[in-house]
Amino acid sequence: MTKPLNNRAWFFVLPVFAIVAFSAILPLMTVVNYSVQDTFGNNQFFWNGIGWFQELLDPSSQLGEQFLSSLMRTLLFSAIILLIEVPLGIAVALSMPREGWTVALCLVLMAIPLLIPWNVVGTIWQVFARGDIGLLGWVVNRLGIDYNYTGDPIDAWVTIIVMDVWHWTSLVALLCYAGLKSIPDAYYQAARIDGASRWAVFSTIQLPKMRRVLLIAVLLRFMDSFMIYTEPFVLTGGGPGNATTFLSIDLVKLALGQFDLGKAAAMSLVYNLIILAICWVFYTVMTNVDAERERIEA
Amino acid sequence: MARITLDHLAHAYKANPRTAEDYALKEINHVWSQGGAYALLGPSGCGKTTLLNIISGLVRPTRGRVLFDDLDVTDLSTEARNIAQVFQFPVVYDTMTVRENLAFPLKNRNVSRERTARRVEEIASLLDLTRVLDRKASNLTADMKQKISLGRGLVRPDVAAILFDEPLTVIDPHLKWQLRSTLKEIHRALDITMIYVTHDQTEALTFADKVVVMHDGAVVQTGTPDELFERPAHTFVGHFIGSPGMNILPCRVEGATAFVGTSLISLRRTYRTLSDGERIELGIRPEFVRLQPKGAGLPVQIRRIDDIGRARIARVEMSGRPLAASIPDGISIEGNEASLVLDPNHVHIYANGHLVAGEATGGHAA
Ligand SMILES: Nc1ncnc2c1ncn2[C@@H]1O[C@H](COP(=O)(O)OP(=O)(O)OP(=O)(O)O)[C@@H](O)[C@H]1O
Ligand SMILES: [Mg+2]
Repeated sequence: MTKPLNNRAWFFVLPVFAIVAFSAILPLMTVVNYSVQDTFGNNQFFWNGIGWFQELLDPSSQLGEQFLSSLMRTLLFSAIILLIEVPLGIAVALSMPREGWTVALCLVLMAIPLLIPWNVVGTIWQVFARGDIGLLGWVVNRLGIDYNYTGDPIDAWVTIIVMDVWHWTSLVALLCYAGLKSIPDAYYQAARIDGASRWAVFSTIQLPKMRRVLLIAVLLRFMDSFMIYTEPFVLTGGGPGNATTFLSIDLVKLALGQFDLGKAAAMSLVYNLIILAICWVFYTVMTNVDAERERIEA
Repeated sequence: MARITLDHLAHAYKANPRTAEDYALKEINHVWSQGGAYALLGPSGCGKTTLLNIISGLVRPTRGRVLFDDLDVTDLSTEARNIAQVFQFPVVYDTMTVRENLAFPLKNRNVSRERTARRVEEIASLLDLTRVLDRKASNLTADMKQKISLGRGLVRPDVAAILFDEPLTVIDPHLKWQLRSTLKEIHRALDITMIYVTHDQTEALTFADKVVVMHDGAVVQTGTPDELFERPAHTFVGHFIGSPGMNILPCRVEGATAFVGTSLISLRRTYRTLSDGERIELGIRPEFVRLQPKGAGLPVQIRRIDDIGRARIARVEMSGRPLAASIPDGISIEGNEASLVLDPNHVHIYANGHLVAGEATGGHAA
């Protein structure tokens, strides 16, 4: 079958190209431009070639060491977030009611954290977790646990993780819930006729039917947590010490704090590539399961 | 394997049902005998699926009991009832192979490995699935998937009954025939009670020994295909079964004579008990109404003649009432005017839709 060619299509496509060029490609090119130059202020720039990249990727240099440790911290953070939020989100979705007025109530309650702006979330938790006046911090201290997120790195991590779980688990849960809702009743009925256990229903019906939305949930949560900035910035400012200095915080410090535009530009490019690469890996691995199956059958 | 008894069963999906309209199933008393091949026939929305789901325990009835032999299973879960059901649309477990799909009901009931394997092979060969046993079930055609669903229904040899809810809807016509005879063979071989839901009368009549006709949440007649054809207990059955359906004519009955408009029809039986308030109708199948050249018999006008293959059916009008009549072979009719001859043995009288028995009389009224 040949499709008729319609030149009018360009009329619709070109404006999109133009907008994307101005909003994404040009700024990105500026960053590329900065990343190969050095500056001492006064708008004077000097060619530096791949110098920044070499320094960034060399762990023995000061910049490289800093970059590597922030990267490790961020990776660890994302891994913990995914390991907690995905199973928790699935569990929440499974225990949500499937019909009746409670459905709407659940959906509204779960959407609330998603609607709160990032910096407000940070502020809420900053106050909530304080040992002197914060409800959470005070109660925890009262229970005899020594808790102080501004002084103790572990406490700071725990607070940020709990905050992110509170903020974003409902996104995973809502996506999974949508996946669950799309399963026709006949599947559950057939499973009961076949005598399937609760676990078998989960592993043979619900999980496979949720795979597509889970892919989206994992990608979104990975990207978001890997780029997390506002909440830890408000809550801990990257501290205590450098304990919660994630890549994004590091980057902003470098670019705006020290005005090292070249280093910062090189770093954002590498940062960007890492995100792309990891998303690609997730995507390929999770969709390959499908492809693999089809290939075996063909 | 069991006899299934429905005892004063009724079901409403709404909480607190008040009027009869609130009930998806009006009161049903019925016994499905062990080993029977039943068809449950009725139009869309009459409650067939609801009834099956109550038998299998997926739905708990609002009132009444379900008994397997003498055991009350109303409160037992589906899993505890040991019953198989196949649904209208295919259900397969996507992550499993066809073999694993077929073995699933047995595996969940801890049947030994060898017995499971043997049983799966048997069912697969019956349903012609042997070729695809080791493929994933997820990307087979709808036909194949429905065969897998059927297979899972048939794989347990010891079930109380197998319920089929319009299982061949998604199947290709030629395969439909074949699968229906396969089911029939399996029924003969295994002596399992089977209830087969359909709204297609040919499907019902070819599969079943006994047909249960439902209408508007109630069972209106149970009988062999012949009984349903010869003596419909309700005008709905007369109309629903047969093509074209039974002629139903409003009439007045006095003793052994029926008056349809201005025509007189003499009856074989006497009806004395009919009261004036009831809706009285006369029913006769087109097969027993013969069209003849104008002469003796009831005068009619011909509107149209349909050739339906095995017979010619005339659409006629008698005293302004439409009627279908069969045209005997070798008879040709000139013009619009003709006469009808009714076979008095197949004339039935209905009061408010229900068949009235009447009393046998030796003689004929005028
Ligand atoms: N889950 C439900 N909730 C509320 N009403 C229902 C439900 N399922 C069925 N009904 C209603 O009960 C009546 C009987 O439905 P049922 O599905 O048993 O009919 P059916 O004979 O199987 O029809 P079909 O031939 O279309 O499958 C219908 O009026 C339907 O709208
Ligand atoms: Mg149905």
